[in-house]
Amino acid sequence: MALLAEIDGLRHVFPGARGGPGQVALDGVSARIEAGMITGVVGPDAAGKTTLLRLLAGLLRPTEGRIAVLGHDMATDAQAAHGMIGYMPQRFGLYEDLSVAENLSLFADLHTMPRALRAERMALLLRFTGLAPFTARLAGQLSGGMKQKLGLACALLARPRLLLLDEPSVGVDPASRRELWSIVAQMLEEGHADGMGVVWATAYLDEAERCGRVLLLHEGRMLAAGPPAEFLAPMAGRVFRLAVPAASRRALAVRAAAHPAVLDVAMQGDTLRLVLHEGAAPPDPAALGGTALTPAAPRFEDGFVARIAGPAQVPPAETPRPAGGDGQVIEVADLTRRFGAFTAVDRVSFSVARGEIFGLLGPNGAGKSTTFRMLCGLLAPSSGRARVAGMDLMRAPAAARARLGYMAQRFSLYGELSVRDNLTFFARVYGLSRAARARAIADALARFDLAEVAGQPAGLLPLGVKQRLALAAALLHGPDILFLDEPTSGVDPLARRAFWGRIGALAQAGVTVLVTSHFMDEAEYCDRLAIVSAGRIIVTGTPAELRAMVRGPDLPEPSLEDAFIALVARDQPSRDQPSRDHPTLDHPTFDHPTLDHPPGERAA
Amino acid sequence: MSALRASLIRLRGLVGKEFLQILRDPSALMIAFLLPVVLLLINGFGISLDARDMRVAAVIDAPEESTRALLQALSNSPYLDVVRVNDTQEGAALMADGSVRGMLVLREDFSQHLQRPARWPAHAQLLVNATDPNTARILEGYVQGALETWLSGIAIERRLVPAGGVSVEHRYWFNPELRSADFIIPGMVAFVMSMTGTLLTALIVAREWERGTMESMLASPARMGELIAAKLGSYFVLGMAAMASGVLIAILLFGVPFRGSVLVLTLASALFLVFALSLGLFISTLARNQFVAAQVSFLVTMMPALMLSGMVYDIASMPGWLQAITFAVPARYLVSILQTLFLAGTVWPLLLPNLGALALAAAVALGATLAITRRRLD
Repeated sequence: MALLAEIDGLRHVFPGARGGPGQVALDGVSARIEAGMITGVVGPDAAGKTTLLRLLAGLLRPTEGRIAVLGHDMATDAQAAHGMIGYMPQRFGLYEDLSVAENLSLFADLHTMPRALRAERMALLLRFTGLAPFTARLAGQLSGGMKQKLGLACALLARPRLLLLDEPSVGVDPASRRELWSIVAQMLEEGHADGMGVVWATAYLDEAERCGRVLLLHEGRMLAAGPPAEFLAPMAGRVFRLAVPAASRRALAVRAAAHPAVLDVAMQGDTLRLVLHEGAAPPDPAALGGTALTPAAPRFEDGFVARIAGPAQVPPAETPRPAGGDGQVIEVADLTRRFGAFTAVDRVSFSVARGEIFGLLGPNGAGKSTTFRMLCGLLAPSSGRARVAGMDLMRAPAAARARLGYMAQRFSLYGELSVRDNLTFFARVYGLSRAARARAIADALARFDLAEVAGQPAGLLPLGVKQRLALAAALLHGPDILFLDEPTSGVDPLARRAFWGRIGALAQAGVTVLVTSHFMDEAEYCDRLAIVSAGRIIVTGTPAELRAMVRGPDLPEPSLEDAFIALVARDQPSRDQPSRDHPTLDHPTFDHPTLDHPPGERAA
Repeated sequence: MSALRASLIRLRGLVGKEFLQILRDPSALMIAFLLPVVLLLINGFGISLDARDMRVAAVIDAPEESTRALLQALSNSPYLDVVRVNDTQEGAALMADGSVRGMLVLREDFSQHLQRPARWPAHAQLLVNATDPNTARILEGYVQGALETWLSGIAIERRLVPAGGVSVEHRYWFNPELRSADFIIPGMVAFVMSMTGTLLTALIVAREWERGTMESMLASPARMGELIAAKLGSYFVLGMAAMASGVLIAILLFGVPFRGSVLVLTLASALFLVFALSLGLFISTLARNQFVAAQVSFLVTMMPALMLSGMVYDIASMPGWLQAITFAVPARYLVSILQTLFLAGTVWPLLLPNLGALALAAAVALGATLAITRRRLD
């Protein structure tokens, strides 16, 4: 197999602000990128994936070590390699005010492609990506999935030897995500004669299983490199599924995590997924409160967790919230929000009971955030009703908001302030008295393991710690309703587990939780889910119910992602919403799979 | 394929992209055309150093018939508007509330003394609101002038020739009508260009950084020189068009005469634009963020161009150290060139050093930009 790139003892340090200590993005990374396969650069956010790809593209100069692409040292001779590299940066990287065809011809010019080859490649790529009907459309008016496909087409245009893709599947709906994989796989096949190879960076651990080889990064270090099977092999016989009564699954998950044989517990519908310590005997299901223990197929994530796991964490108990009457805490009826001709949220109805974790699941642009803003009283609905704790937050006094904790998507922390200052600020904003403030902050620092970093600026904390801090800040005033907007996207699986352990404990104590997510794994932790697509709720149910809806002979064990794709596709023919064909920049919608991709190819 | 040919193909792609973006994104066209027009209109009509129709209170205790001609002379001046008041108290009140700018007082004995100038000179008192010293001086000059006109009228009437006196003949060159607009507008064109030129490239390149498109370009086979050449070339065309529209507004709308060579004007504009556009590239390469780039652009172009270019404030009357600083403000050379071309004509001894300075500024800015833009993100 031909060698495309060689990385040797790579270390990259970004200079610190005002001469402070630099931030080590990568340390001691050595790897080989080979032709004929997709090499996955896999790891949570801030693992160093983007830095590694930029170094491979010659956009950064390594602090130490050497990186060579096709025999050219990228520190000194990047120019010579650029003609053979196709690079798709994370932020799309195309000109939004140029059309699909104009973007493609710009890249053809930059690569000085001969006229005949240019026409041939463009036709081929437009066909593969399903963009042929949209060549005249401005790139800025494409949906998220179509933008990514155009970015891919531009990167592939000049038959690169090395294709570098920086998280192409972020924020894209699951159907488009699968399409991206199939396009790249086909192009790899097509470019086989050229000796082409692909580097695909991703934070989705499930994508690692589709790669030929995986470089697993965590906090700037390379944990392991090898084919995905190498990560799965040591997990054989260590993964089990424990059937539990649905009502008590959260309590039982906490109990299972404390069992000495258990390394990791994850919820999956009506079952708990257990990963055992190496060599540990399977525990007795009855001892864990379950009914049956069956072996399950290991996943890549299990291998990752096994490598980075420390001692099991048991979430601290929460003080029970007083029951504030019966009935539904959150009630949404026919909620609609229009922006001009565009309907961002279309007659959405759902209700959430006390102590329930309810998830709004859908890709970026489906209308989740708009729904959230209306519930928080930040945006007036065009029609319909949204009540939280019996009050309309649009009109409710500040007292109503005092019962609500809100954790925003990017955590909305002040990066320059220390952890303690951030907490003090939020405590003041919520009007806590001096004594209550001191108590709440001391409690938050202890409960969320933040005491050690209390003096550090929040901006320099690792993502998982930032997330803990954001949750601590949202809970300072002891709210009994909690809104979480994409809470764990990009954090590593251990931090995600710990986070959901805390959320589970809060729900147990009577806190009502509303979550938005485009991340299927997050959905598993919800008691009930609503699948949101193009502004509408398609279906509502427990994770187990949603899976049951799509179970069939060809899908005996559907994942939530399978359920999502099938349920959205099932809903398509009944829909008639021409406005969706003209998505605006602010409200990107996701693709109509039936529209921009020939049916049948999806299964491939 | 030859290296040159490949380079030309890449340039064609990049320049084509720039023009498509300029045409589709209104913000570049707004910076290039709307901003200069608005600035020129606001400042052209708003900033006027001419003092016209200044109201002056007149307290006249002297007999009517001897002062009638004097009042007539004052009222005839296009710059003065005489208001009769009864006493100095009333006049002082009007001065205090700002409704008159000055007060002329002629005492009872004014005409007596006037009859016998050899024994007692006639005294007239002029009180001036000197809040704005410039206007105060202008008012003083106008009243003095009116008095002189009147006196020489009397002298002719009495067939007296001032013994051994000096008679000064005024002739105003370059701006015979003493219209301050003729002086300000050419400077304003320079000011507007120094702002928009830098802002154009500063914002547009910072936007490429923000949207991540610069990253794609840097990872492509395009050379850094080609990227810069495409940006400079495209926005140069836009900037020259904006400059032309500024000059046309000055001539057609404000009626400023143009006495110099269009060729020299084009050359000076071109040199200055290369400087301003390169400065914009320099700023956005360092800032990589539209907000910071806009702030820095305003700070480094607007302030010096307004204060230190000689557009409004005369450089010659600044303290020496400040005069030295103005040499580092390229806008001053363009202001000087434009004022020369508009008001005086093609005066080579005046134009050449300024053109040379502009060429140097353009070379330095372009060189600095080339030096800091490497094909790296770090």
